[in-house]
Amino acid sequence: MTFLITCPNCGPREALEFSYGGEITRRAGPGSSSAELTGYLFFRENANGWQTEWWLHRDGCRMWFLAERHTFTNEIRRTYPPGSEPPVDAQAPEGAA
Amino acid sequence: MHPVRYFKPWRMWRHHDVEKTYDVVIVGGGAHGLAMAYELAKRGVKKVAVLEKSYIGAGGSGRNTTIVRANYRTPEGVAFYKEALRLYEQLAQELDYNLLFSQQGHLTLAHAERAVNVAHERAEVNRLLGVDSRVIYPDEIGRLCPVLDLSDRPAFPIMAALYHPPGGVIRHDAVVWAYARQADRMGVHIHQDTEVTGVVVEDGRVAGVRTSRGDISTRVVVSAVAGWTSEVARMAGVRVPIVTHPLQAFVTEPLKPFLHVILVSATLHVYVSQTDRGEVLIGSEIEPYSSYSQASTLNFLEVTAKHALELLPMLGRVKMMRAWGGLCDVTPDYSPIMGLTDVDGFLLDGGWGTYGFKATPIVGVTMADLIHTGRVPDLIAPFAVSRFWERRLVSEIAAAAVSH
Ligand SMILES: Cc1cc2nc3c(=O)[nH]c(=O)nc-3n(C[C@H](O)[C@H](O)[C@H](O)COP(=O)(O)OP(=O)(O)OC[C@H]3O[C@@H](n4cnc5c(N)ncnc54)[C@H](O)[C@@H]3O)c2cc1C
Ligand SMILES: [Zn+2]
Repeated sequence: MTFLITCPNCGPREALEFSYGGEITRRAGPGSSSAELTGYLFFRENANGWQTEWWLHRDGCRMWFLAERHTFTNEIRRTYPPGSEPPVDAQAPEGAA
Repeated sequence: MHPVRYFKPWRMWRHHDVEKTYDVVIVGGGAHGLAMAYELAKRGVKKVAVLEKSYIGAGGSGRNTTIVRANYRTPEGVAFYKEALRLYEQLAQELDYNLLFSQQGHLTLAHAERAVNVAHERAEVNRLLGVDSRVIYPDEIGRLCPVLDLSDRPAFPIMAALYHPPGGVIRHDAVVWAYARQADRMGVHIHQDTEVTGVVVEDGRVAGVRTSRGDISTRVVVSAVAGWTSEVARMAGVRVPIVTHPLQAFVTEPLKPFLHVILVSATLHVYVSQTDRGEVLIGSEIEPYSSYSQASTLNFLEVTAKHALELLPMLGRVKMMRAWGGLCDVTPDYSPIMGLTDVDGFLLDGGWGTYGFKATPIVGVTMADLIHTGRVPDLIAPFAVSRFWERRLVSEIAAAAVSH
């Protein structure tokens, strides 16, 4: 890995300091069907382009945060702590206003 | 073949105009797509097209480290790769092409009690299914590979190894070219520079594909695009449990032949072989993040070279020559995804992760049988994408994460 990631706490650091947590997924909640659980466990978008994903600043402040990274160029356009700013492409849970 | 024609082929495969209709369209001109096309032509399927967005062999088929072996862990995996190995042993004859297959033997080193246990387990499963495989100890390892550091100097000394004598390396480009040449001779259309941009599905069944060179109508589309499987499956509306990760390798300057086995160490995340040109070929495990970039990185070179030196200190002053990367379509259980999907006429051949090259000949045979007869061959039945929905995973992680 040779690109920089901007930790919301610590600023830009070498990607080697971080652990990858995969693309954002919507957790299958209580009462989910077996198919919904299977989908959540195994199936992924695996986008070739912009993707919102989890990173852990493993060798730094140890915070989990979100990044929008282009999976072909590895360019990162935004990083932010979870909850602070809902990612544009994440769907609101069903029934939410 | 007439000798004059044999020695004057202008090209090994021809250029064609894209026709409006094909019986079978194969997306991806890697070894898998070309092997399927060849096997379909052999079964008398007339109009077969292979569509390749770049040049044939541009993907993993031209970038892999060419290891062929059958010492997997699950009965399903061993039976499948054993048949692939058997077909590889006669492939040069079958395709009339020198593939430089060298069955020099394959050593999976164990540096810990846990790894010794896994080696024993694999040896038992292998032998039960008729695959030559056994656990050996430092005295015998030393005879097979005198240059290996078997002392207790390293942080993780070598305790034992899983020895698989028929494992070997083969010339990957030659496999691609041989299948392409033979498929072309039998009437397959190989279209390079032809990108599939959409799969047309009507009433739950395939009706055609859209490409950068126009639309094609067909009833059968096979996705054989390895690292790009998620993209092509998405075009057909099929979900797959795949994440694409880069995998890198590098070669050193050529040395006199000194290494006559393939060495794999999961503990050190490194594997080493010596090519026919004398270069030392060194690889590692996948990058820990997903990406569609095939670039190589300095960090990979530093870490991997360091680990290779733990095994072979004599490489200390040897120069690195070339480095490259490729894409791996990794599945949760490190087994492939082959066969039918919920979309009628849309077939998958993907999930090949870091280990698909060795499967090429059996992929060609089984996928062609499936398309030709409509019946799923027993050998690939365990690998359908439906196994995830049914929670019947085929876990090869212990046998495939570092040894490709
Ligand atoms: C560094 C490295 C080392 C490896 N080592 C080994 C090894 O030692 N042993 C082993 O067995 N395996 C190994 N592998 C894995 C192996 O390379 C692959 O599993 C295998 O080559 C897959 O072959 P394929 O024909 O399915 O796909 P590929 O050879 O990847 O071919 C897919 C083709 O599809 C094309 N394509 C993609 N999208 C489209 C589209 N939309 N339209 C048209 N064409 C498209 C691509 O351009 C590509 O040419 C390694 C991989 C890498 C990267
Ligand atoms: Zn931090």
